[in-house]
Amino acid sequence: MSRTLSEADSKALLARHGVPVPDERVVATAAEAAAAAIEIGFPVVAKLCGDAITHKTERGLVRLRLGDATAVEEAAAELLGRATPDDGDVGVLIAPMVQGNRELIAGLHADAQFGMTVMVGIGGVLAEAVQDVSFRLVPLTRTDAEDMLDDLRTATLLGPFRGEAAVQRDKVVDLLVGLAAVAVAEPEVVSVDLNPLVVTAEGAPVAVDALVEMAS
Amino acid sequence: MTPACRSVERFRPMFDPSGVLVAGASTHPGKFGFVALHNILAGGYAGKVFATNREGGEVLGIPCATSVDDLPDGEIDLVFVCTPASANAELLRRCAAKGIPAAFVTSAGYAEAGEDGRAAQDQLVALTDELGMVLAGPNGQGFVSSPSSLCAQIVAPIPPPGRIGVASQSGNFVSSFMNYAVQTGVGISRAVSAGNAAANGVADFLDFYAADPETAVGLAYVEGIADGRAFADRIRSVAERRPLVLLKGGASAAGQRAAASHTGSLASDDAVFDGMCRQHGVTRAATVEEAFEAAATFATQPLPRGPRTVVMTTAGGWGVVTADAIARTSLELVALPDDLLAAIDEHLPPRWSRNNPVDLAGGETRDTIPTVMELIARHPGVDSIVYLGLGIQSNQGRLMREGPFHPDHGLERIVAYHERQDARFAEAAAAISERTGKPILTATELAVADPDNAGPAAVRASGRLCYASSNRAVTALDHLWRHARWRQRRGLALEPSSAS
Repeated sequence: MSRTLSEADSKALLARHGVPVPDERVVATAAEAAAAAIEIGFPVVAKLCGDAITHKTERGLVRLRLGDATAVEEAAAELLGRATPDDGDVGVLIAPMVQGNRELIAGLHADAQFGMTVMVGIGGVLAEAVQDVSFRLVPLTRTDAEDMLDDLRTATLLGPFRGEAAVQRDKVVDLLVGLAAVAVAEPEVVSVDLNPLVVTAEGAPVAVDALVEMAS
Repeated sequence: MTPACRSVERFRPMFDPSGVLVAGASTHPGKFGFVALHNILAGGYAGKVFATNREGGEVLGIPCATSVDDLPDGEIDLVFVCTPASANAELLRRCAAKGIPAAFVTSAGYAEAGEDGRAAQDQLVALTDELGMVLAGPNGQGFVSSPSSLCAQIVAPIPPPGRIGVASQSGNFVSSFMNYAVQTGVGISRAVSAGNAAANGVADFLDFYAADPETAVGLAYVEGIADGRAFADRIRSVAERRPLVLLKGGASAAGQRAAASHTGSLASDDAVFDGMCRQHGVTRAATVEEAFEAAATFATQPLPRGPRTVVMTTAGGWGVVTADAIARTSLELVALPDDLLAAIDEHLPPRWSRNNPVDLAGGETRDTIPTVMELIARHPGVDSIVYLGLGIQSNQGRLMREGPFHPDHGLERIVAYHERQDARFAEAAAAISERTGKPILTATELAVADPDNAGPAAVRASGRLCYASSNRAVTALDHLWRHARWRQRRGLALEPSSAS
């Protein structure tokens, strides 16, 4: 059996091992949400967040492109009102609105035969249909991580794309090496999903969502 | 002593024995005990050959002892076991008492035969451990060892000697690879069917090949792998010392499983296995011919230092298709540097392509092909050459030779000239490759359509592979470059040490 961590706890665990995550915070009230948004800078995203909440989009628990404090306060109040008793302790996650045309996917997966593996690939809603992914076994060297990017068939997506800069390969490599470090240091981690990993106009990969699954 | 050295010494009596005993020799030409003895003798094994069976007598001129006890001491290193499983424990004890250090067991009735068989196999392993014997099999089809001219197998063929080391979980794939060796002339150093792999499996034999001066490249077929991590570590250690080509059965089995995570649902067995191979420098081939041709290329060509590839052709269309094939790989169809363009201009009429592919456009005189090939190969901006069009002249020559006018009208002379030229081009490709340390791959369908054509025949005589199509040459070259790049990125020497 396994259990999942909340998005905020997932990101905190990953960040401890060098996986870059956005500057974001979890707050308890609508007023705190507005204050956090002012600190982070607009526009922001607000999401209802809790250990038991795994399908935020399907439940309508995500508010995108909030442009000022009033909008944030209203959205946070509404999200907190949507929490059900089954959700347990909840908060509102305020994060910068990360935008980019390209989406990658990265993660950890325990393979039945070879043990813990790291993956990177073309992400987003079509990830499973496209299946342009590359796996390696943990532990992972930087060279291994660079090779993974060369494996992808859709390599043109990693270069300059529709007015956006080339993907900063070093940052993707940092992220993959960080994921492998999670697997080594946290043996109770069963899987990690970073999907999507939005590539900003500057080419930086940002994990806008994260789900860590732990053995329990 | 490194582990590799230990493994060399452990398998040495099996692969290079001073004498071989066929236990269970039979007078019936349909039985393993006859076929094994026949193949050992037909293969020209230089050491002493002994045989035992219950009745005594003689098989194929070899007198059969009724007991191992009656054989001389210290003259036998390998027992090739063709007796029923039930007789083997007693047999192996007597062999050990004679000082025989290695056994290849063909007998069936072990782990492949259910519960009782599994128990018998465990006892077999325990017994050979206790006796200090190296055990291959059981239920294996045998092995070949070219340096000792030893064909200790119950299947065909006898491959030409060479530098490819084969290890397989399936005996029939050993035959397949060896059949390709016979067809192409690119030969085999050792080849073993691991059978049930009770004590020694594919990874153990590959470990031996990685330290074997006679073997330049490993070629393996695997299906099930008991311990993925251990297997991965073993084959990485092999790939660091020798190129290793792997063909895996069951790639599509299991496939995607229902998983909680997106990552998990994308983690097919095949995708993970593929990543494991790439991470560990192992060349994974999709088909049996691709596997053999990759291994044959590793065995006979230097590793490229980079991806920059030039296609050299005597006709336009072939070059275009080959350029397309290169575009699908990690290789680069390099733009011809200006100084190279100028140098080639000196030797070709103005209508040549002045581009890569280098299309000679029928402008060649007697020496053009070797001259231009050497110019390209010597250029520091070029890493590899794919050469197309070999054998055209001899193909016309054959038509003339077999037509109604030969040998009159000057046909005898022109046919001989055509054939000399094609042989020369093939020899030049091998010699220039050797001089420059760069791969030069020659591709023509005549390699299979008319293997006796002077062009492909001369490629075979040079010890190299004549590729049946340019895309197969490109696929093989891509495998070489990927392995070379893996070594470069990890600071490993491009030329693996010849032995340890």
